Amino acid sequence: MGLFNRKPKETVTITYISHGGARVEAAVPVDTSVMEGGVSNSVDGIVAECGGACLCATCHVYVDEAFLGLLDPIAADEEVMLGNTFCPRKPNSRLSCQIHVTKALDGLVVRTPEAQH
Amino acid sequence: MGAGVVIAGAGQAGFQCAFSLRTEGYDGPITLIGEEDWLPYQRPPLSKGCLSGKTDLDAIALRPAAYFQANRIALRMGRRVESINRLGLRVILDDGGEVGYEYLVLATGCRNRVLAGMEGVSYLRTREEAAALMDRLETAETVTVIGGGFIGLEVAAAAAGHGRRVTVVEPQARLMQRAVGPIISEYFRAMHARHGVRILLGTTAAGLEGDMVVAGIGVTPRTELAEAAGLAVGNGIVVNAQLRTEDERIFAIGDCAAFPSRFARGMARLESVQNAVDQGRCVAAAICGRGADYAAVPWFWTDQFEAKLQMTGLSNGFDEQVVRGDLESGKFSVCYFREGRLIAMDSLNRPGDHLAGRKLLAGSGAVTPEQAADLSFDLR
Repeated sequence: MGLFNRKPKETVTITYISHGGARVEAAVPVDTSVMEGGVSNSVDGIVAECGGACLCATCHVYVDEAFLGLLDPIAADEEVMLGNTFCPRKPNSRLSCQIHVTKALDGLVVRTPEAQH
Repeated sequence: MGAGVVIAGAGQAGFQCAFSLRTEGYDGPITLIGEEDWLPYQRPPLSKGCLSGKTDLDAIALRPAAYFQANRIALRMGRRVESINRLGLRVILDDGGEVGYEYLVLATGCRNRVLAGMEGVSYLRTREEAAALMDRLETAETVTVIGGGFIGLEVAAAAAGHGRRVTVVEPQARLMQRAVGPIISEYFRAMHARHGVRILLGTTAAGLEGDMVVAGIGVTPRTELAEAAGLAVGNGIVVNAQLRTEDERIFAIGDCAAFPSRFARGMARLESVQNAVDQGRCVAAAICGRGADYAAVPWFWTDQFEAKLQMTGLSNGFDEQVVRGDLESGKFSVCYFREGRLIAMDSLNRPGDHLAGRKLLAGSGAVTPEQAADLSFDLR
């Protein structure tokens, strides 16, 4: 059967840069989210109050432009919540809970805004 | 500096209070006491992502151990507060240890209602219970779920998604009766039926059939610690608008707290992530000298099959409802009014409505039923 047996996952390296300039380089498993990688590495600036349900907009990040084209497109619910971020939305704004980590994202760089609420 | 803040209960509310104390600049000692052995974790994935197989049980911690060390939050996991010495400003733990406090935050949560006299029934509240339920689901072919609320229906959807034959038994006349209006209840009944889930409403019979039985029949607030300390309890630990008990050094937050709410037109006790987070933050601010009345707009969500239902406000007691959008499309909101004023909205796959609803409810709710039903009217 094995409904829930999960193999150890490959990881990719994601760099989180906080507003104050602190850098966290994290090994994040594929098939998780950039938000989960941030939270599990105590990244300052990724709050994620709703835990990834796309309902709170407290995991807002600015994505390094070089990677924008590699991300899944913005879905309707993310689009709505991006209109409700505490710091201004920019063309490279995403909610990190909606960025699905794939092998192609190895080396991804995201910056967190000054505040999330 | 004083004895610091002691938080009894390390669920979403207790964790958030500790987290917000530090982001608010609180510099004193913080002790977070939780009876489960795990690092503080999120409960919603237990019945959602973990059960459907999308989320690893190992990936639900709210923060890693390093966070608590770096932020000087003393974790006392696997421990329970046994009693409160209010005069001595100390809590006594189940191992006999004592911790002094300047402020005590009760975040004791709830416990599951259980079916008296029934053995072998699975429940779902803790990580251990989720793991046990997942184990049984591996081999069960038929699953009976007792209780057609959020937890029961999320379990049913996950089990059906894994190909199990599922029956849901709900004594009330409709699903999720406490939380949503009848239009949503019927939509979800039909959706579950479409996915092969057998839904039995208005009955308690047929309870014990199936390779496994799961009960999601509600919870009761854990008030005994407060009660033994002489604090007022009713349906929850009674607090004022600032979430303080009658003892000015003791607060209560999250699922265990009964607080005055304009949305409930009286006392409310809410079981939700939103309420836990916002109350944790509210009390942290109060301890830092920036107290304010708790006034956050309630919101909730549930994921079942392809449906993402987002709810805001409290719809109990509505006298008028309008549908915004088209039921057939699976994208619509039900807007609930009382005396012409918006009091709640349930949105199915219409996240824009949900967010607009939260904002409307935070203000005056100044939208008419006619406007709400008109898709060309911008709720923002």
